[in-house]
Amino acid sequence: MADVAAAPPRASQGWSIGWGDAGPFLALIALVAIGFLINPDFLSANNIANVVTRSAFIAIIAIGATFVISSGGLDLSVGSMAAFITGVMILFMNWVAPNVGTAAIPLGMAVALVTGIACGLLNGTIVTLGRIEPFIATLGTMGIFRALITYMTDGGTVAIDRSLRDAYRPVYFGDVLGVPIPILVSLAVALVAAYVLYRTRFGRRCVAVGANEDVARYSGISVTRVRTMAYVIQGACVAIAAICYVPRLGAATPTTGLLWELQVITAVVIGGTALRGGRGRVWGTVAGAVILEFIANLMVLSDFVSEYLVAAVQGVIIIIAMLIQRMSKR
Amino acid sequence: MTALGASPSRAGGAAPAPVLRSERLAKEFGGVTVLSDASLDIRAGEIHAVIGENGAGKSTLMRLLSGYLKPSDGGLLMDGEPVIFDRPSDAQAAGIALVHQEILLAEALTVTENIFIGREVTRFGRLDERAMREAAAAQLAEIGCNVSPRARVCDLSLANRQLVQIAKALLGTHRVVIFDEPTAVLTHEEVDPLLDIILELKRRGVAILYISHRLDEVERLADRVTVLRDGRMVGTYDAEGLTPHRMASLMVGREFASLYPARLERELAEPALEIEHAEVPGFVRDVSLTLRKGEILGLAGMIGAGRTELFEGLIGLRAASFGAVRLHGRPVHFGSPAQAAAAGLGYLTEDRKGKGLLLGERLAPNLTLAALDRVHPLAGLDLAGEARQLDQAVRSYDIRLRNLDAKAGQLSGGNQQKLLLAKVMLNDPSVIIIDEPTRGIDIANKSQIYAFIQSLVREGRSCVVISSEMQELIGLCDRILVMRSGRINGELTGGAMSESNVALYATSSVAGEKIPEEHAHG
Repeated sequence: MADVAAAPPRASQGWSIGWGDAGPFLALIALVAIGFLINPDFLSANNIANVVTRSAFIAIIAIGATFVISSGGLDLSVGSMAAFITGVMILFMNWVAPNVGTAAIPLGMAVALVTGIACGLLNGTIVTLGRIEPFIATLGTMGIFRALITYMTDGGTVAIDRSLRDAYRPVYFGDVLGVPIPILVSLAVALVAAYVLYRTRFGRRCVAVGANEDVARYSGISVTRVRTMAYVIQGACVAIAAICYVPRLGAATPTTGLLWELQVITAVVIGGTALRGGRGRVWGTVAGAVILEFIANLMVLSDFVSEYLVAAVQGVIIIIAMLIQRMSKR
Repeated sequence: MTALGASPSRAGGAAPAPVLRSERLAKEFGGVTVLSDASLDIRAGEIHAVIGENGAGKSTLMRLLSGYLKPSDGGLLMDGEPVIFDRPSDAQAAGIALVHQEILLAEALTVTENIFIGREVTRFGRLDERAMREAAAAQLAEIGCNVSPRARVCDLSLANRQLVQIAKALLGTHRVVIFDEPTAVLTHEEVDPLLDIILELKRRGVAILYISHRLDEVERLADRVTVLRDGRMVGTYDAEGLTPHRMASLMVGREFASLYPARLERELAEPALEIEHAEVPGFVRDVSLTLRKGEILGLAGMIGAGRTELFEGLIGLRAASFGAVRLHGRPVHFGSPAQAAAAGLGYLTEDRKGKGLLLGERLAPNLTLAALDRVHPLAGLDLAGEARQLDQAVRSYDIRLRNLDAKAGQLSGGNQQKLLLAKVMLNDPSVIIIDEPTRGIDIANKSQIYAFIQSLVREGRSCVVISSEMQELIGLCDRILVMRSGRINGELTGGAMSESNVALYATSSVAGEKIPEEHAHG
């Protein structure tokens, strides 16, 4: 319709946060309140720290997924990729441990990171250069990574060497000033990711590619490079998560990371990132991951609903989140 | 062109009783009035044109008359009796047919299936294919369309699809036919047959409401003209003696001397962009052209002539090969739009909404998207610098907006085009290619865009303007190249730049010097 010519344009200073963006955080607060009403133990520092620590794993992977999804992609392979990276890392550490001792741990971390980046690069290349739908491409690599970990473990388990177990243990179970290390790591990852997504040229390009690939192309953006980079970031995030969680997992098995991709996508969508691309919400994703873990915890602590129904409740939540996204779009 | 346009019946004798009449029709959406006080009547055997700029309320009026919207105030009278249409099918049942602006056909289905979609004829519960096919054939014959009822819509040309759509609208009884910019999607030579059909309907006593922004068509067809401006009726005028210029003035609400800036008198010599032997597979064959420094070079031709593809190929958006490309005398090759931009070549796409702007994003990210490295030299974004750039762009290009937090999609077409121009200009190109600079924007903004283009060349930049609006090219350009079927079919300068010459070169392979058919432009 006609524009208002007389009114001088004005920019609002600072952040304008819409209700849509605040949604995940309000949901989180509501959930905490409900949790406290149901069982006051829920709000104990111990329980909160536990739950958030457990959610950090999904949160870190989901932060990577925020890049992929906001750039218009999708990665179904993250769960099997996590298992595969864990397997490679443990095998490598066990192999070098007799010679280098506990120095095997930082070396193993480096190997995990390189493996994750390589896996992401593989996904990204198949999607961009191979021009294959992300859903199909990563469905394929999901099968490949899963089969590789099964093959590597010979269908059984590959446990971390006894000599390394104690030295590695603090990475998951340790804390700094009382804050568990996984929480610190996921906070650090989220801080860096938020900076990259909101405050760098790459972040702008990533969202532009997801919002409208043609506009990005016509604006001189290399869609291939941006998309591939998003998958590489995803791979690196999966590796960081795997590194943090090796002490808790203790071993790589063919069932490690099974169905994590669903939790990851759920966390991203609850957090307000548009599944069709073009909008990414890093802190929303973190909130989404915590919400998922809170719900699971709440169901364990309360007696109303069987904990076997956790996945069903999470399924309901992702559907509600999508409905809210649709409605807030007007 | 056709004698029909000037047929004596348009003068009319005693006015027949109106078939459909709107009484103080009004519509508001969420407190915003988009149409008020619209009273007009449509008479049998008359073509009543409705004109107005984008956002004037034409589409709203049309939707109110055909049952797609319900009025907030006022009402409709049919043969003097009040009627209320709750849904489009009510209007259809009353004999009001609507021909949509966009082509709304199921491409995978046949012509017959499309015409009968939603009102299939059955016999004992089974589809009566034959009856439908015969009825469809009769309907098509009636409007002089010779496509087979069995043809699939996806195999038809745009013009034939439009005719199928008209056949579909005219199925059944119709006393009033509303045409919503029916020629918007058609090329110049496809328009005439359609106008003939409309005149034939009129001769048969159908009441016709014709919505268009092509004033030359309105001049040819209309008996009466209603002008809308900003959701209000300016008035209804007898078409006799109403010139396109007068219509435009009524639409804008003020007299304007000329849409186009005064021509610049200057010597053009030095080449800015030289293209030799361009080939874009499937679109462009052996095109060579030279754009001189400070020149506005027009590129005319019909849709599909290869104009857009030539320049998309040039900047690396599609596969293409060139004998040579020189920018200011230096040989260049662009593998990507980024390389072209870095070398000083800017391209404004014709598809503003689909390829030009992120409609869901605010203005600042849109403005700087093609020049991120320039605006943000460090890895981190310089948001304050970006805000300054936007501020400056809003001022220099007169982008009208409610506030700087608006999304690009909330701007009017004209302001989106200005934003797109500002976006491309942020890379400071020396050569700017503007594809359809004023498609779908109102007259006031058009005039501004023309002035901007001229100021660009006055600064020593050079411009290629690709346009399907011949008047625009004639009014603005120093020289016009006409493309046809992937080749340059003619060059027009000075007094030779006329609509008839452009149309001749755009549609006929016989160029000025009688060049043989297959070896044109050798």
